[in-house]
Amino acid sequence: MPTELSRREFSWVLGGPQGGGINASAEIYAKALTRGGLHVFANIEFHSNIMGKHSYYRVTAAPIPVRSHVDDIHMLVALDQESLFGDAAERKHYPSHTGHVHQVAPGGSIVYDADLKIEPAQFGRGDIHLYPIPFFEVLEEALKAVGKGGQSRKYIVMRNTVALGASIGVAGYDEELLFEAIRSEFKGRKAEAAEMNVAAARAAAAYARSHFDARPDRRLAPVPIEQRKNRMLIKGFQAVGIAKLRAGLGLQTYYPISPATDESVYLEAKGPQYQCTVVQCEDEIASINMAIGAAHMGVRAATSTAGPGFALMSEGFGFAAITEAPGPVVFLWQRGGPSTGLPTRTEQADLQFALHPAHGDFPHIVVAPGDIEESFMDSFESFNWADRYQVPVVVLLEKFLASSLFSSEPIDMSKLQIDRGFIYQPADADGDGYRRHAITADGVSPRTLPGMPGGIFSTTSDEHDPEGHITEGIENRIAMMRKRMAKLQTAAKEIPAASKFTLHGPRQADLTLVAWGATKGAILDAMSELEADGRTVNFLQIRLMRPFPADAVAAILRSARLTVLIENNYSAQLGALIAEQTGVALDHHVLKYDGRPFSRNEIVEGVRAALSEQRKEVMVSHA
Amino acid sequence: MPETAAAPASKKFSLQQYKTEVHVDWCPGCGDFGILSSIQQALFQLQLPPYKVAMISGIGCSGKTPHYIDTYGLHTLHGRALPVATGAKLANNQLTVVAVGGDGDGYGIGAGYFLNSGRRNIDMTYIVFNNGVYGLTKGQASPTLAKGLKTKSMPDPSIQEGINPIAVALGAGYTWIGRGYALDVKSLVSLIVQAINHKGTSFLDVFQTCPVYNDLRTKEWYAGEDIGRTRIRRLDADPTWNPVVADASSIEEIVEKKTRALHASYESGDNLAVGVFYSIDLPTYDDQLATKVPALKEHPLVDLPLYQRDVQPLFDELA
Ligand SMILES: Cc1ncc(C[n+]2csc(CCOP(=O)(O)OP(=O)(O)O)c2C)c(N)n1
Repeated sequence: MPTELSRREFSWVLGGPQGGGINASAEIYAKALTRGGLHVFANIEFHSNIMGKHSYYRVTAAPIPVRSHVDDIHMLVALDQESLFGDAAERKHYPSHTGHVHQVAPGGSIVYDADLKIEPAQFGRGDIHLYPIPFFEVLEEALKAVGKGGQSRKYIVMRNTVALGASIGVAGYDEELLFEAIRSEFKGRKAEAAEMNVAAARAAAAYARSHFDARPDRRLAPVPIEQRKNRMLIKGFQAVGIAKLRAGLGLQTYYPISPATDESVYLEAKGPQYQCTVVQCEDEIASINMAIGAAHMGVRAATSTAGPGFALMSEGFGFAAITEAPGPVVFLWQRGGPSTGLPTRTEQADLQFALHPAHGDFPHIVVAPGDIEESFMDSFESFNWADRYQVPVVVLLEKFLASSLFSSEPIDMSKLQIDRGFIYQPADADGDGYRRHAITADGVSPRTLPGMPGGIFSTTSDEHDPEGHITEGIENRIAMMRKRMAKLQTAAKEIPAASKFTLHGPRQADLTLVAWGATKGAILDAMSELEADGRTVNFLQIRLMRPFPADAVAAILRSARLTVLIENNYSAQLGALIAEQTGVALDHHVLKYDGRPFSRNEIVEGVRAALSEQRKEVMVSHA
Repeated sequence: MPETAAAPASKKFSLQQYKTEVHVDWCPGCGDFGILSSIQQALFQLQLPPYKVAMISGIGCSGKTPHYIDTYGLHTLHGRALPVATGAKLANNQLTVVAVGGDGDGYGIGAGYFLNSGRRNIDMTYIVFNNGVYGLTKGQASPTLAKGLKTKSMPDPSIQEGINPIAVALGAGYTWIGRGYALDVKSLVSLIVQAINHKGTSFLDVFQTCPVYNDLRTKEWYAGEDIGRTRIRRLDADPTWNPVVADASSIEEIVEKKTRALHASYESGDNLAVGVFYSIDLPTYDDQLATKVPALKEHPLVDLPLYQRDVQPLFDELA
């Protein structure tokens, strides 16, 4: 049964060769829609390649909130042949995809370059509308109009803008909003380019309107002006970067790796004006250890990486924990593993790794935000936790979140509080009696800021006494282990429940979905569709993975009638954690490990298949 | 062991103030004692307030050094002293940061950081206790042990070449390169003082005897008892020796000074050059950061007002 969202959304895909400017064009389109008051969610898929391979940007928009994409495409805008039919022609044995034509919904449309000379019959689809636009010719006309006739070759990248203009013309959207969005992208030195691009978009929209009679079934319209809200378009890496600056980040270290690099490069660009330093290191071992050195000296420090880099950080992580450094906070942007895996694709397969990042027993905190706002809040709070409990923290994120674009309302920053934890003020310069690793009931020892007279301490990665000197003494060992581990209980007590998990929907329901991280958007959007099947649905989203809110989660799950776990991995890693912590085994698992994020349909169909076919485990992959 | 000098009345900090009461658990006669004492004396000579110094070490016998010096101390991981020291210095550029570790620590497992710290040129000092063996793990060959040598804990002679740390340091871009001998404390103190005073990363390799595992490079061997003269050759005994680059913009001069240093570092096994090999004044990483964040010229990062930032403009850019 169609839901309001499935009736009103508009799914638009722009496909073309990587490096050909499709990102910029799709983001202009997203901006034009956001400014028209629509909710927008956009995600990009690309290869680990610099230029030439197929990439596509999908923008889903609706007059009501939308946080996910669907399998259906309502309008496909193709810059090349591969976007239409895939790469089977070049890669006979293992084609990487079959193009997007087959995903276009009946009544939907395809806008493409007439110069590709594709016969309508080649599409094999009598149920869709085709809009071949002579990109080059339209561009030539537009350039002539702004006094740049005969220069189409030079400005060939503007084919993208032609495609964009044509698609807006076909969809029937407000063209002025597109022009405004183009102008806002090309400001300052690029202002001349703005007018050329506007001319190209205008000419293309006019061409599309005047050359075709048939219109696609689904149209795109802005919401009435008085209902438009001021929304920004933000990606996960930006939300995290801004949160870190707000939290007082002093040093960010990194070694380039997809999909973590964007966040560090963002901080490199924005950091200096906020007196934040960013160091590109020689490897991830250096990255984490540099951050630990800074944390011990009292500066808030972080490092960002993906699975392969996190693997190298293992040793440093344990070092931070045993020396009770206040941090660092490690931002782990998950991608498809194992090993180099799928560098530019998404996955949720590092949860168990983040929970067990190093040898030995030690306390640390792991938090996994599910959307833009949670990414901001959890990134901010993680620095408070690192300082307060003197532990390393992992913020577990996903490629999907890093690079997806969300139209978001302003984040409420009014309640943010910096908490640097307990900093010891020496009574005198001798510092007699100061014990950096003093045994305490809550596990937290007094720390000083090196450079202070009276605050001198020594610490070591070896087991140590309260003064930080090496000892293998038995009683000390037991006391130190207990003291360090006690920090987990302290943190569990103090961290508010709202940061630990959320039960979305009614307290009791026929069906309880369980998940974590960035599948949140698709699950929330899918709930109304699952409810339309005639059952009530709620959704337990777990955020704090360590210390795990075992009692609360156990209580919810024990009273749940039917549970379905949804994860973007092969081995149901949250399911394992829940079983370990609560003894509860979830009834069904819906899993996806093709390196792509869940579409809303995959959630719905996966859950339906699990329930109707009584299958313990269902794998979905509609791509 | 060298004698302990009492603090002259004019000195604020006594030598004693640089020492802890922690039991030193090195083997009797270990060359590490000479290096420890030299570091303490250098800090004393420089009158650096102990609370303004951070000693940062790797893992190994040498890694225990910070426990014996009464300053801030981080005894880190095997091979990772340099990155930790770098982070510490970036956080607080008013601290004197001294990284120490063994030759296995620095040239083996930590080789990547040895190389990259040279090109980064943070204002800190790195001292390597070079004994030709992995001391703490009981005497396996270290990266500096020459091919064909077999110490008493090795079943067979080494079939790999030893590396030349001075040559590597020249290539890596260290702006001050020196070498000392653990048992010549007087010269070593002077080298450490110069190394700490140098602005940029100073690298000091120190020949260190390991009487328990390295039965080849003994005190007697360095003294040249078998050849009738010391094997240690002091570079400063040569009146023509001038390791300082006067014009840092002159590639010719840099190449000439590096070439001389390289020659000195490759002298035969019976002539072991010690002293300052190379020195140049170049902008430090810290200086360059301060061009991006000018407040760092006056205050360390840890003291900057980082917690009241107005990030609203960053959101506004996305609207
Ligand atoms: C990752 C790692 N690998 C191995 C070790 C074991 N280990 C401890 S000390 C050491 C070698 C020490 O030799 P060196 O660095 O030359 O220092 P020395 O003891 O001679 O001062 C090794 C291999 C370790 N601590 N960590």
